[in-house]
Amino acid sequence: MPRKPEDIRSILATDCGSTTTKAILIEYDEANREYRLTGRGEAPTTVEAPFEDVTRGVLNAIQEISELRGRPFIAGGAILRPQQGEAGADIYISTSSAGGGLQMVVAGVVKSMTAESAQRAALGAGSIVMDIIASNDRRKPHEKIERIRQLRPDMILLAGGTDGGTIKHVVQLAELISAANPRPRLGQGYDLPIIYSGNKEARELIREILGRKCALHITGNVRPVLEMEDLAPSRDKIHDLFMEHVMAQAPGYRKLMDWADAPIMPTPGAVGLLIEMEARKKGVNVLGVDIGGATTDVFSVFDGVFNRTVSANLGMSYSVCNVLAEAGVENIMRWTPIEISPEDLRNRIANKMIRPTTIPQGLEELKIEQAIAREALRLSLVQHKEFAVSLKGVQTERDISQAFEQSGGGQTLVNMMKLDMIIGSGGVLSHAPRRSQSMKIMIDSFLPEGFTELTVDSIFMMPHLGVLSTIHETAALQVFEKDCLIRLGACIAPVESKRMREGDVMAHVRLEIPSSQGKPWSGPIRYGEIILVPATYGEPIRAVAEPARGVDLGAGRDQPVEKMIHGGVVGIALDGRGRRPFLDLRQASDRVARLARWSRDFDEYPEG
Amino acid sequence: MANVFTPGLKVSERAVIRKERKLPLRGEVLPVTGQRLKADDIVARTSLPGKVFPVNAANILSVMPAEVTHVLRKREGDEVAKGELIGESEGFLGFFRSQLASPVEGTIESISKVSGQIMLREKPVEVAIDAYVDGVVEELIPGEGVVVKTVAMQIQGIIGLGGEVKGEIMMLAASPDAMLDAGDFGGQHRGKVVVGGGFLTRAGFERARELGVKAVVTGGFHFDDIRRILGYELGVAITGTEKLGTTLVITEGFGQIGMARRTWELLRSREGQRASVNGATQIRAGVMRPEVIVTWPEGTEAVDERGQEVKGIDVGSLIRCIRYPYFGRIGRVSALPHELQRMASETMVRVLEVEFEGGERAVVPRANVEAIEGS
Repeated sequence: MPRKPEDIRSILATDCGSTTTKAILIEYDEANREYRLTGRGEAPTTVEAPFEDVTRGVLNAIQEISELRGRPFIAGGAILRPQQGEAGADIYISTSSAGGGLQMVVAGVVKSMTAESAQRAALGAGSIVMDIIASNDRRKPHEKIERIRQLRPDMILLAGGTDGGTIKHVVQLAELISAANPRPRLGQGYDLPIIYSGNKEARELIREILGRKCALHITGNVRPVLEMEDLAPSRDKIHDLFMEHVMAQAPGYRKLMDWADAPIMPTPGAVGLLIEMEARKKGVNVLGVDIGGATTDVFSVFDGVFNRTVSANLGMSYSVCNVLAEAGVENIMRWTPIEISPEDLRNRIANKMIRPTTIPQGLEELKIEQAIAREALRLSLVQHKEFAVSLKGVQTERDISQAFEQSGGGQTLVNMMKLDMIIGSGGVLSHAPRRSQSMKIMIDSFLPEGFTELTVDSIFMMPHLGVLSTIHETAALQVFEKDCLIRLGACIAPVESKRMREGDVMAHVRLEIPSSQGKPWSGPIRYGEIILVPATYGEPIRAVAEPARGVDLGAGRDQPVEKMIHGGVVGIALDGRGRRPFLDLRQASDRVARLARWSRDFDEYPEG
Repeated sequence: MANVFTPGLKVSERAVIRKERKLPLRGEVLPVTGQRLKADDIVARTSLPGKVFPVNAANILSVMPAEVTHVLRKREGDEVAKGELIGESEGFLGFFRSQLASPVEGTIESISKVSGQIMLREKPVEVAIDAYVDGVVEELIPGEGVVVKTVAMQIQGIIGLGGEVKGEIMMLAASPDAMLDAGDFGGQHRGKVVVGGGFLTRAGFERARELGVKAVVTGGFHFDDIRRILGYELGVAITGTEKLGTTLVITEGFGQIGMARRTWELLRSREGQRASVNGATQIRAGVMRPEVIVTWPEGTEAVDERGQEVKGIDVGSLIRCIRYPYFGRIGRVSALPHELQRMASETMVRVLEVEFEGGERAVVPRANVEAIEGS
């Protein structure tokens, strides 16, 4: 690896997913003095039988880039590094979620305090949390032991107690874990890693209880005092152990680790890093989502605080029936712009679960899939809002005006009115036949308020760029801005405070769109409508909005707003379908006709 | 690339089948390599460690955790009976004594002087596994189990419910498209593996359970009926542990879908013979499908069916469409164009051309068909 980042001319990066390994090539463009994406390839992941060697899929994906670019990257069954002339690349990096990703169990004394902090650390590191064991989780002790025995996690994170506080409860938890004698998911020949990040006074006792049975690692307390979380030491330790223990057990990963110039990261951990970096650099609030076949990840950064949740049971293929189970058929029907019986809809969704690799051939099938996606995303955001909260158990000083608000911490940090940007990722969003579909799916599911920019990850390269950001932040940001993000446009959504009737004016909006990007537009946003104003990405567009009485566009009720916004490949959406509450079509007799009208006004589906 | 790989469900008349029969934990393996086995023969057994019951002895006996060993009558490793007194506090001047009785029968595994907890472990649970199919022990897996090799008819379904059962095959539907309802089942079906057609009603399945039918094989079933039978929504396709009494194997999918004729004909050809049936399904890692297996007598040779070694789909291959609008239809591949094509959904995909039974032609995404193996 070249010594200095500025010496790096070419970067190969892969993401080893559970089904596909995706490779990208990034090169330095001398003329424009910037890094750009110059190639991509993909191949099936080869972790499982008959290959059982992840590097074969990696080499196959890179070989595809070789063929497209007409230059060699592989020699003697390995990646050629550093670049010599036209051959090879200067560095190689990778992320991985193959074999089910990183699966953890977390434990803490109080469910809403140390257990929640431990969960935040595990999720932030890119893990799926299989269960949260807490002293007060209402399960009987033998039920907890039975549960730990059944689960076969990749590692356990045990927290509990503030430094200097009582040790009895965290010791009891350690005894339960010891009695359960948990076994690791992969391989039989090694001890399960357990990270202890609780009360430092209990370390010696924890060593006595767990030290002989497990690979015990001790790190800083996730909650050294009630008023503060310190997740970084646990997150870093999880990443180290992911490499040393978990990945090292998976077929071919030792070789892959030798090839990589930076530690291999869990895929969602890398995506989170990139989103955190984007929010920090621009000083904006960001919501990111990655909807897959089995799980949906949601990331947010509000006022600099990062949170990640994974809805392990919400996805578009393997878990599609969980979306049906959690949302209910009537909630999926409300987004389905076709006449279909609930029984037929259930059967079609279940047939997707049992044949998860099929794709929608007809328009009707596409509309059903996109209806399910809306509910999967909506539910994932609900779960995220419940988790991304201020610290609980913290005593705060209150003045008399706050005395009656029962706010002892625990309020969600996700404020849709303060949200500046949404980044969508995952097949149903990145590969929708029309970009307007991706944009409308995200508006319908997240219901952004005020002014919000919407984007999608063009080819799912956020994981690659996330791991790249750890060694070359400039390259990662340049490619993210120029090649990864597709700017769909903006959404302007007034929020009403009183009941409105269909057709009522919610706000008057003027969009000063330069002639190079479209035509200037001026008009009302009416309750019950969503319309699209074409405006491409380029110069910022001045938007002036005058809300009707009782309506808020971000500056407070009745207050006019003037903002610089961006257009995009879809345009600017003016959404007057209400937010308190959103216009409910579940019982509407003209549901199909209304959905069809919204679709038509948004250029969502082909006519006919 | 003229050839595409689209694995399908196995529908084979005489295939070589290897069944790995492994214990959940290490134990004793009974047969020897080369030994002939009947389906019901036990091949391995072990003892699963009993459940652990933590008891907060310090709290119950009102002593400090460090003192708990002084008031216990038992030590680590001692056996205890359910209800047996295992500790008693000294009380005050001999009065107000607290007692601790064991909630389970088992042994005392550990006593903690820090938390005052004791861990009681119940007696081990005996587990044995059988051969599942008639066959020969091809391989011994020391301490874990065996691999049984046999020649058999094998039908894989798309999803099932319930675990392993064995019973005689009995045809009930008059055709692969026929529907089965409660009135079609009777006492003669008790203990049998009943084969239906294109659809089974929930009432039909409930009747089969009442009658003690071992398993029902059907082409289609309503997804909502699964929720009603289980009492919860099936969120992911991981099944096999349901305790229904009757195993269900769905061969085609959800809705009214005729059973593939070849599947139905093969099952009919083995009517009256004993089948091993398993509803266990796992669609994600390490795909597992439900199955019906009927072994052939010793010495029967496997037929080198094309489906045994299916490597992909080529022009002329028999395929089944597995997604709307052609869901369930069967035809032969007539062309495999290279270029991506735009579908009605505007999705750009790799396609194949298919000629259905009856001569109608259609273009479908390659991802939406599966090879009919053994065809």
